[in-house]
Amino acid sequence: MSFNTFDIAGSALSAQSLRLNLTASNLANMHNVAGTPDAVYRARHAVFQAANDPFSSVLAGVDVRGVIESTTPPIERYDPGNPQANEEGIVYASSVNAMEEMANMISASRSYQSNLEVINTAKQLLLRTLSLGQV
Amino acid sequence: MDSILGVHEAALLYRARRMEVLAANLANADTPSFKARDLDFAAVLDDRLAAARTLTTTNARHLRVDAPATHGELKYRIPHQPSLDGNTVEADLELARYAENAVSYQASLLFASGKIATLRTALTGGR
Repeated sequence: MSFNTFDIAGSALSAQSLRLNLTASNLANMHNVAGTPDAVYRARHAVFQAANDPFSSVLAGVDVRGVIESTTPPIERYDPGNPQANEEGIVYASSVNAMEEMANMISASRSYQSNLEVINTAKQLLLRTLSLGQV
Repeated sequence: MDSILGVHEAALLYRARRMEVLAANLANADTPSFKARDLDFAAVLDDRLAAARTLTTTNARHLRVDAPATHGELKYRIPHQPSLDGNTVEADLELARYAENAVSYQASLLFASGKIATLRTALTGGR
């Protein structure tokens, strides 16, 4: 048995934890407001792609291709009492969708767990193989 | 004595390789348009049987009959419930297959260590 399994599952662990971090960031900044539509926080999401191992073209871990910002327009709200409101009394609120983020969080956490399971099983099998033939 | 471990050596290699394939499927459970793959046990077994049946060449002018080179070929899985992003990994099923594969690996390992124990008993005369 080679150590390939650890690399593959390890790449998934790092990708899923990045996804979990992005979800945390999105949820934390959910209620941000700003005076201009450009300054407001936009939801960030990771884009995954299968990584191609140069040594074996068939087996692949997962790579994070990049982090994209959501293109959903921010929500305009009339709130003249807000210190961040512009001259017309309008603030722009972040358009982070809480439901979407929660679903994303659960999916990432489940995937993280199953990859951890893979690593644990592989480790057990490898240790048993190492002690093969010992009394 | 050709190989002490017999068929279990090949079985362990197959199980270890399948483990990597299933780990790759699980790692890409959230990758858009990733297609799940797996090794076909029957095909691998057929390959090995065909390889065992090839003719021995004792002269340089003998013709070689090669076994069909399909060994270890990965096949794409047909999903039960394909997802919208084109991903065909079904994480729970993959995890079940992974567990089954791990148990088979342990069984082969147990058989192999049994063979070694037998050999040790023969060498030491049971002392």
